Amino acid sequence: MPDTISFKIKRQDTPEGGPYWEEFVIPYQKNSNVISCLMDIQKNPVNAKGREVAPVVWESNCLEEVCGTCTMRVNGQVRQACSALIDRLEQPIIVEPMSKFPVVRDLIVDRTRMFDALKKLQAWVPVDGYYDLGPGERISPNHQQTAYKLSECMTCGCCVEACPQYAKDGDFLGPAAVSQARLFNMHPTGKNIADERIDVLTQKGGIASCGNAQNCVEVCPKGIPLTESIAEMGRQVSQHFWKTLFRAT
Amino acid sequence: MSKQRVIMIGGGLAGLAATMKIAEQGTPVLLVSFLPVKRSHSVCAQGGINGAVNIKGEGDSPDIHFYDTVKGGDFLGNQPLCKDMCYHAPFIIYLLDRLGVPFNRTVEGNLDFRRFGGTLHHRTAFSGATTGQQLLYALDEQVRKYEVEGLVEKQEWHEYLGAVLNDEGHCVGAVIQNLRTGEIRSERGDAVVLATGGPGVVYGRSTNSVVCTGTATMSAYLQGAKYGNGEFIQIHPSAIPGRDKLRLMSESARGEGGRVWVPRQAGDSRPARQIPENERFYFLEERYPLFGNLVPRDVGAREIYDICVNEGLGVHGDLKVYLDLTHLTREFLDRRLGGILEIYEKFTGVDPREEPMEIFPAVHYSMGGIWTDFERTAEGFINHLSPRNQMTSIPGLYAAGEADYQYHGANRLGANSLLSCIYTGLMMGPGVVNHLRNLPESAEDLPQSVFDQATRQWQERVSGIRKMAGNENPYALHAELANEMISNVLIVRENSKLISTLEAIEAIEQRWHNVSCVDTKDWTNPVPSFINQLWNMIQLSKVITKGALLRDEFRGAHYKPEFDLNQPSDFKPENYLEYEDMKANGGVKTGYFAPDHLSYMERFEANNKQWLKSTIATYQSNGSDSYYSSGGPEITYEPVDASLIAARPRKYD
Repeated sequence: MPDTISFKIKRQDTPEGGPYWEEFVIPYQKNSNVISCLMDIQKNPVNAKGREVAPVVWESNCLEEVCGTCTMRVNGQVRQACSALIDRLEQPIIVEPMSKFPVVRDLIVDRTRMFDALKKLQAWVPVDGYYDLGPGERISPNHQQTAYKLSECMTCGCCVEACPQYAKDGDFLGPAAVSQARLFNMHPTGKNIADERIDVLTQKGGIASCGNAQNCVEVCPKGIPLTESIAEMGRQVSQHFWKTLFRAT
Repeated sequence: MSKQRVIMIGGGLAGLAATMKIAEQGTPVLLVSFLPVKRSHSVCAQGGINGAVNIKGEGDSPDIHFYDTVKGGDFLGNQPLCKDMCYHAPFIIYLLDRLGVPFNRTVEGNLDFRRFGGTLHHRTAFSGATTGQQLLYALDEQVRKYEVEGLVEKQEWHEYLGAVLNDEGHCVGAVIQNLRTGEIRSERGDAVVLATGGPGVVYGRSTNSVVCTGTATMSAYLQGAKYGNGEFIQIHPSAIPGRDKLRLMSESARGEGGRVWVPRQAGDSRPARQIPENERFYFLEERYPLFGNLVPRDVGAREIYDICVNEGLGVHGDLKVYLDLTHLTREFLDRRLGGILEIYEKFTGVDPREEPMEIFPAVHYSMGGIWTDFERTAEGFINHLSPRNQMTSIPGLYAAGEADYQYHGANRLGANSLLSCIYTGLMMGPGVVNHLRNLPESAEDLPQSVFDQATRQWQERVSGIRKMAGNENPYALHAELANEMISNVLIVRENSKLISTLEAIEAIEQRWHNVSCVDTKDWTNPVPSFINQLWNMIQLSKVITKGALLRDEFRGAHYKPEFDLNQPSDFKPENYLEYEDMKANGGVKTGYFAPDHLSYMERFEANNKQWLKSTIATYQSNGSDSYYSSGGPEITYEPVDASLIAARPRKYD
């Protein structure tokens, strides 16, 4: 068992400032993960050169891989930092912010674009109101299992970070958003606005932006069948295309 | 009147439910949150949400749910609220179903329900084992729709610092800080709702998320809001040990058949699976034949403590027991508990489908919170139109969800928290809108000076913090505070230790003045914010500890062995109702009750007379002008509305 844990962290003071690397060496403790180590650094913010520095800044919340906040690149791999267990990582552990989003500071990035995609796709079930209208429709257990899997998406950003088509300044909505469109298009009431979602996926940044690299599904921490979702939405988009074509003629 | 709006602080289940209900009525909402609301702590809720839909034909009803809730809370909940909540629960589950929550289904396609603690009915609707996440997402989606429509404006990456009060002490807005730019500003709002969740981080490691410091509720307390039942902190029986967090292992694991046991032989070093059935002690099943592994959380946590500490039977000699699911099939487990089993496997490296889990109790939930009001009807329900509902003692300032105090009494039942959060959010909506209608003037019409002054006050405080250059690291000081709390204000409470803890907290409070603001940058600097939060956590520690010290009884999660009334093992709670009846009608017949029963009932009656009351903490400043001065809580008590179900001894065996 090593006595210490060493880190190489990519830092950046402001969105405009250039990135720089800083190394930290902290005492080894059992059952550590990347976040618990960042917390240790906070309690004693001294870098490997022995100089007192500002503690590393990051975002996290649930620490159990269900809120999607602490996505980072750890040893080159995009993932939730809370479940990045130290004992399974090669050292020095290299920690970087995601590369597909603007850096706010150190390991914090701005993922607003992912939430904007959900707005564009109307990723919600349209209802008449929040008063008593009785139960919803009956749903088969198999349908529920499919929907549940898709509904676990935390908007964490792993899939878009790994996607070669998702450029920092591009317009691709990304695998997570496409999969959400599938989720709502399969809901008994959500599908009432299915065509609106399909229209968005037909436009620039929609389904045609996918290059079928299949990286998304590899890195999804929730194991969501993203490529399956993209294929399904591709089918819906082409069906819609033919439907409207014949309607027009 | 100028355009009015509501400021919602917090985007968990309570905040989002209130936001969508208020927006539905056409009232604009400014929604303020530390993080994008989709990342709120509600995602951590796992097992499900209660509602007596009676899908299994067991004769369940809202009345039985109401009784279980009140009994589970050891009669300290305000009963009209509990009743109204339980009666609305089936509707709430149906609403969530309509909003797209992928609840598990029966073979016929109906909502499926499972067992949970403190009840004998299948009453808990669930979405795998990530029900909180699924509920939060459904509400987040509805609020996003209103955001697109322009009725909701979100200010994420912002922190609530305090309420803006007018000359009459009414809340007319909120001071908030942009956590990226550091800018502090005051927003006008005709009502401000604190839906800011619980304070588990006061204990350092808990099942709570990083943002759950309770800081917003303490800010309200420091501004004069009453705080209720602070000492009632729920310890969940089952969590996964961890360095940074004690990850929850849902009660649903037991609801689906999980069994808790320890080796009968102390220090048994064999691997769990090699210990034969007859050498396993299923202590909950043996001690509570009726409820078994599904006793309420206060009982479960105490029994685990007893078996490990007093009996010395903890797994490997630690404060740990086995939670065993290995007798259930993988397919069944994955379908109904997948999310939590993945968490266990990911963080421990052990597959809980193959090996019994090792779990232990952890700080989980605060039954206490900011004092809030309600208006009941003659039938014991709530008048949903009343602006008093969920209003704190500061007019115009509201609280909802875990941040309030009055639904769960001395102990919350599992799967009632998702219910109470969504119920309060929806229920309070019409009343908040009525509050706006009744106001003589809109916040928009008030002079700018009121808001500038509040902004300036907070700018001065925060700039003071930024200049702090002592030799204490605030994060390390927090760890010390947490250690005090976790060592002495947990499952078993002793007055001598509580007295020394109060002293220790005060010493930490003194040292707070000597912290160093270890990051001096202007941009996205979380340190000044944390130092203020630490101050608030110190204040809350005092509220919890002093409340615990003064409450000399054993009720729900507040266990003082010294004041245990020692219920005779053969006692039946209905005897107490008979006893009360006799007393009211000419007196107790001599020799009717066994002497030890009679004496127990007399003790119980006297204890309730003194203690069946809500604890109210009110901040008393020490006279100094400084905001960060060492004032403290003054503790008083007020009556509980226990008019619907007569208080009686609890029993689960």
